[in-house]
Amino acid sequence: MTASSTNPRPVNGDRSFWYRLTHLSWPWRVTWVYLTLMLFVPVIAMLLKASTVGPAEFWRIATTEVALSTYSVTFGTSLAAALLNGVFGTLIAWVFVRYDFPGKRIIDAAVDLPFALPTSVAGLTLATVYSDNGWIGSLFAPFGIKIAFTRLGVFVAMVFISLPFVVRTLQPVLQEMEKEVEEAAWCLGASSWQTFWRVLLPPLLPAILTGVALGFSRAVGEYGSTVIVAGNVPFQDLIAPVLVFQRLEQYDYAGATVIGTVLLLISLVMLLVINLLQAWGRRYDD
Amino acid sequence: MTTDADLFNVPSATVGRKTAPRSQGAWVKWVLIGISVLYLTLILFIPALNVFVQAFRNGVGPFFSNLVSPTFLSAVRLTLLITAIALPINTIFGLCAAWVIARHQFPGRTLLLSLIDIPFAVSPVVAGLMIVLLYGRNGWFGPWLQENGIQLVFAVPGMVLATMFVTMPFVAREVIPVLEEAGTDQEEAAKTLGASDWQTFWRVTLPNIRWGLLYGLILTNARAMGEFGAVSVVSGNIIGKTQTLPLYVEEAYKQYKTPDAYSAAVLLAFLAVVTLVLKEIVERRTRIKNVGEE
Repeated sequence: MTASSTNPRPVNGDRSFWYRLTHLSWPWRVTWVYLTLMLFVPVIAMLLKASTVGPAEFWRIATTEVALSTYSVTFGTSLAAALLNGVFGTLIAWVFVRYDFPGKRIIDAAVDLPFALPTSVAGLTLATVYSDNGWIGSLFAPFGIKIAFTRLGVFVAMVFISLPFVVRTLQPVLQEMEKEVEEAAWCLGASSWQTFWRVLLPPLLPAILTGVALGFSRAVGEYGSTVIVAGNVPFQDLIAPVLVFQRLEQYDYAGATVIGTVLLLISLVMLLVINLLQAWGRRYDD
Repeated sequence: MTTDADLFNVPSATVGRKTAPRSQGAWVKWVLIGISVLYLTLILFIPALNVFVQAFRNGVGPFFSNLVSPTFLSAVRLTLLITAIALPINTIFGLCAAWVIARHQFPGRTLLLSLIDIPFAVSPVVAGLMIVLLYGRNGWFGPWLQENGIQLVFAVPGMVLATMFVTMPFVAREVIPVLEEAGTDQEEAAKTLGASDWQTFWRVTLPNIRWGLLYGLILTNARAMGEFGAVSVVSGNIIGKTQTLPLYVEEAYKQYKTPDAYSAAVLLAFLAVVTLVLKEIVERRTRIKNVGEE
């Protein structure tokens, strides 16, 4: 039995750091060994691999015309999808928390479908439904709007994949929000519009933005559904993760590594942003 | 405390009536519900329904004849095999990591929590790429693996690693909050009464965290069976050898064998529905427990 496993705080202050490090209990060892092998080593290996390319070459590969166009498609479309879900996700969370209607529980549970449905299945069915002769695509086809195999298709897939985030981050916050505040605003003569903008929205904003950031982050990295529903034509609807895959298929390891590193760094920045947003949201907890 | 809880438990309909003037509230309510349901229908329900309709479009016969093809069966077997390896390993890691994080205060604890989330944040393609770069021919461990005649990348072991990577955080994420909530009193009592570490874990800790753990297992299982991007990168997609069900779906679709693709897709969709039902059951259990504690 070592000190670290029986007591949360180190009691033996005189024992050296190294002694404690080498006498860790099993859960500590498993955690660190697994994290090191499965997470730290692969991430560091990729960053080092990218650095062997050299800064000038890295910049050149990262900013080729194709690469730049994939960033703009990926980030532009992801942002649009995340923002759309920000609006509708807020509405849906509100409806779930405040209203009762038949079938609510099933619909509520079904919102998690994009988490549970394998992405290749999502891509397959979205490509069918939103194609020119699909159930929904055929409604738009007469107006000359093609959805599947265009940038719009990528957008629909990203909306699908990032749908649950805003709803699920907002629901608990809405549930805990005290109705008295809203009632007080009503009693003091605020209109419903004023109540929404001045009273309801400010405490909900951190949760909404967290959901949007989570959805954006997920959409940026999404591959399975987007690769199937898109035409993957460079400069049109080719997204960055698909470009990484294509580079790898062509045995262009340097290209894949550089663009993959760009994506990895952006993911890490998004993770930081999400953590900051969550910390901001916690300020509203009492 | 009790008044708050009571207020919280008032059916939302009555509160709604108090909050908004009725005449205006009624139609606003139904318009908002209508918009929400319409949005969900377009994005979620129609595509989900379509999987089932397409799979059984020509009756049940073609569906079952697709199901017994050798490539399909090998894809099912491989999917199950990968999950059977990744799930227990990630469960052990998740329990260890949750215990380390929930039961200790140490510098860098918050950082560790964020680090565990990295697999959720990075693109699955990047996750697969990292494994190829590490274990592939030109990777750090490539030469050593080659000397010993082990092939990881473009083979099953690499796919297991990719699956383990993307499902790494689920168990830890779900167990940490329940472990924190359970507190240490019971564990300390067990220790005082002379229980060994194992006994304490099996008899005290595990029963306390069982619903959180189960929730994590359900999510890990669903993701492990459904993972596409990361597995696709490291698989090489050798039909009959390194093809899982999600890969089979894409490959069949690309080969214009759409009915085959939907036969596999409906199986995975069924898995998703089972996952959602189990999730809902666990959520209700824990919710009832929480209300009871108030």
